[in-house]
Amino acid sequence: MKGYINSIETMGLVDGPGIRFVVFMQGCRLRCLYCHNPETWKKESELELTANELVKRILRYKNYFGEDGGVTFSGGEPLLQPEFLVEALKLCKQCNIHTCLDTAGFGLGNYEEILKYTDLVIMDIKALEAEPYKNLTGQNIEESFHFLEVCQKMDKKMWIRQVIVPGINDTEEYVLQLKEFVSKLKNVEKVEFLPYETLGVPKYEKLKIPYRLKDVSPMDTKRCQELYSLLEK
Amino acid sequence: MEAWKNFKGEKWKSEINVEDFILNNYHEYQGDDTFLEGISEKTKKVWDKISELLKIELEKGVLDVETKIVSGIDNFKAGYIDKENEVIVGLQTDAPLKRIVNLYGGIRMAHTSLEAYGYELDKTVGDYFKEFRKSHNDGVFDAYTPDIRRARSAGLLTGLPDAYGRGRIIGDYRRVALYGVDYLIEQKKNDLNSIYDITNEETIRLREEVCEQIRALEEMKSMANKYGCDISVPAKNAKEAIQWLYFGYLASVKENNGAAESIGRTSTFLDIYIERDLEDGTLTEKEAQELIDQFIIKLRIIRHLRTPEYNELFAGDPTWVTESLAGMALDGKSLVTKNSFRYLHTLINLGTSPEPNLTVLWSENLPENFKKYCSKISILTDAIQYENDDIMRPLYGDDYAIACCVSAMKVGKQMQFFGARCNLAKSLLYAINGGIDEKSGKLVIENVPKITDDILDYEKTKDAYYSILERVAKTYVDAMNVIHYMHDKYAYEKIQMALHDTNVERLMAFGVAGLSVAVDSLSAIKYAKVKPIRNEEGIAIDFEIEGNYPKYGNDDDRVDNIAVDLVTKFVSELKKHPLYKDAIHTLSVLTITSNVVYGKKTGATPDGRASGVAFAPGANPMHGRDSNGALASLNSVAKVPYKDICQDGVSNTFSIVPNALGHSEEERIDNLVHILDGYFKQGAHHLNVNVLNREMLIDAMENPGKYPTLTIRVSGYAVNFNRLSKEQQKEVISRTFHEVM
Repeated sequence: MKGYINSIETMGLVDGPGIRFVVFMQGCRLRCLYCHNPETWKKESELELTANELVKRILRYKNYFGEDGGVTFSGGEPLLQPEFLVEALKLCKQCNIHTCLDTAGFGLGNYEEILKYTDLVIMDIKALEAEPYKNLTGQNIEESFHFLEVCQKMDKKMWIRQVIVPGINDTEEYVLQLKEFVSKLKNVEKVEFLPYETLGVPKYEKLKIPYRLKDVSPMDTKRCQELYSLLEK
Repeated sequence: MEAWKNFKGEKWKSEINVEDFILNNYHEYQGDDTFLEGISEKTKKVWDKISELLKIELEKGVLDVETKIVSGIDNFKAGYIDKENEVIVGLQTDAPLKRIVNLYGGIRMAHTSLEAYGYELDKTVGDYFKEFRKSHNDGVFDAYTPDIRRARSAGLLTGLPDAYGRGRIIGDYRRVALYGVDYLIEQKKNDLNSIYDITNEETIRLREEVCEQIRALEEMKSMANKYGCDISVPAKNAKEAIQWLYFGYLASVKENNGAAESIGRTSTFLDIYIERDLEDGTLTEKEAQELIDQFIIKLRIIRHLRTPEYNELFAGDPTWVTESLAGMALDGKSLVTKNSFRYLHTLINLGTSPEPNLTVLWSENLPENFKKYCSKISILTDAIQYENDDIMRPLYGDDYAIACCVSAMKVGKQMQFFGARCNLAKSLLYAINGGIDEKSGKLVIENVPKITDDILDYEKTKDAYYSILERVAKTYVDAMNVIHYMHDKYAYEKIQMALHDTNVERLMAFGVAGLSVAVDSLSAIKYAKVKPIRNEEGIAIDFEIEGNYPKYGNDDDRVDNIAVDLVTKFVSELKKHPLYKDAIHTLSVLTITSNVVYGKKTGATPDGRASGVAFAPGANPMHGRDSNGALASLNSVAKVPYKDICQDGVSNTFSIVPNALGHSEEERIDNLVHILDGYFKQGAHHLNVNVLNREMLIDAMENPGKYPTLTIRVSGYAVNFNRLSKEQQKEVISRTFHEVM
């Protein structure tokens, strides 16, 4: 079977540890207000590769990985192509490549099998409660909780990622709530805050999709750091 | 002998053999950078004076020129920057940054350079020279064929060293320190005596050359004497070793104005003297760094007088005082010493600078601490280039150095005949247009059929292209043979050759420009539909492309193999023609900044590049055509073969914004180390690393005063951004900067 792949970044240096070959998988069912990859929403893409073909490409970069680097499956939502993902992850592990999943946890199940071949999960937290989650993504929060539960059960190493958006979650209250949430999780190695940026906006114009956060300015990075420091206290 | 006290080994004592001396005496250093010392009071005073002068120079273009005396090893009085604070002395002329007029390369070129900056050569000197001497340039033009002249004026062959010094010859300046000049003279005299069979031209010439060399060594002694130094005997301590070595180099840049006057591989050699003094307690680390800092200051202020046209080709007043650092010894130990760190540390003590052109010979097996230190300094200064020791060492041993940007040679045992480059993209247009230049409409290559097809056929175009390359190769070799014959005859580099073995091996370095344009053009013709738009004379002046095609820079074999085939074809054509003095053919993919001028002189190409648009530098993919990220781009370039094919180097420039390299400083350092390791593990040859923001460059273009020392790496060298022309600055800014997706 073939996987739908939106694009490939051979030098990902910010999506997981070390140097990463990042596979941006096609397809996502969330419609996050701030999404900067709207081109990955639809199911099909121009580029289709078998897991074998993909891993062959990844292997071309093994020399760069060193001890920490490897492959990151991102998207879109990689969990939406479970069979392909399992096959690709399995092959990577056979080739001794560190595997990382960058996900919002909104997939189609089969999580145990997927996680069996995953070394690190970068979990993108959208919101912590049902209503804001729905407002932000258009979907229900349960699925992501379910994925998180499986990760916990399988003792997966995790990085938690949170986009900080002015007017939506840039409050001390929310950050403290997140802190509380994270403190109950096992194996969290790192929490990352990504300040909201508007770099993806031109893509919306190109795709003729209305952009709903038009009036929101980019997150002040200093303020973002201040908020982040609340986690450390 | 006191000078050799505590030095181990025997072989180097009975013959000139610096490599053996180094291997027997150096101390590998695997530690980190915490031992390094800051700038000394004296160095600061000297550097402050120079910094002031540099500001004036940048405004005026040239600070001063000596117009009464012409180039020569011992022609100038002693000069100082700040005598009481200089621990290493010696200037090209009697004042810092005052340039030399060199008439031996070409008289007209010298006059043009002088006029450009409002100077005039002393009339008597000029008149006498003209009357009694013939220049290299005059000789060359006597012998050039019509084919060469046409290729040259069309810009098919550009940057040929036919009016100025060829450079790229590295004297083994270490010999001066280790042996003293008298011993070197004695050895040359022995060599001379062994050349007695004068039945052929070769030996007659060699006898004459060796006599010239001996005379040059005598002149060098006298020059050093003006600074109160007796270099007839070996250096006795670190200070003398650096000073003696520098006098060797200084003699060579008083005599010659070659494009690249590189210094070789000196840091580990000098470390041996520094270590001995440190152990004896006659030197402190602070003083050791002071010696190196002041030596480097001297290398930073080497200058040559150039014409504005030259600057357009090689921007920023480069001198390519290339120093090769690190690398591995053949026995598996690294050649990293504390002095490798000290050299790089000058970029912190004195601030960043394009010269000397610090070149790290990278190996997977270099000590981790050194790798990280290089990475850190790259990120801070953008002043380092990296070349793959693991592919060069098997070919050149463990005592080679880089001349200019990417040209490897065994120090003191090999020299190079430098040969600029030919335009691969224009050659392709000649194949399509029947040898007629697309810009001028003039016939450049005779008896070539035009391709008249509506849609270009791949096989047919490729065949036509390859037969053009056969013709170009012949003309190119002819030009080079003429140039180097005449250069030896009229502008022989006697001091540099005196610091080589008498029986030296010669490499002749050819080059290509526009590789990515030619390759993408062929790929477009093969995988898409390319329709030439022809003018009334039937010359293709533009191309329409229908459909997609794989582009060089995406690690896609379909197109990358075209690049491999192309350079392989070209070098094999070059090799069919024998060379002057039995030199060995080598080829580089390197443009320096001439990619801008080459682009300007080349019409629209079948890859969709518009007429006049700059080529990508060196072996880089064209801007914006790599869509799979930076490593895919590196992987494409890594496929261009080094050994036997592009054995004069494959240059690649890599620019990345700091944030894309990682979140923290530590991450950035580690990631850059992994990038270098990964790239070179695949057999790639060279990488320039820039870590900077495009916005900063745009700002620097508008507010140069804010960034007086902003240094960036371009193909094969580093340059002060402010010294680039607006056009070149724009080209640099338009290049691909790898950012976060």
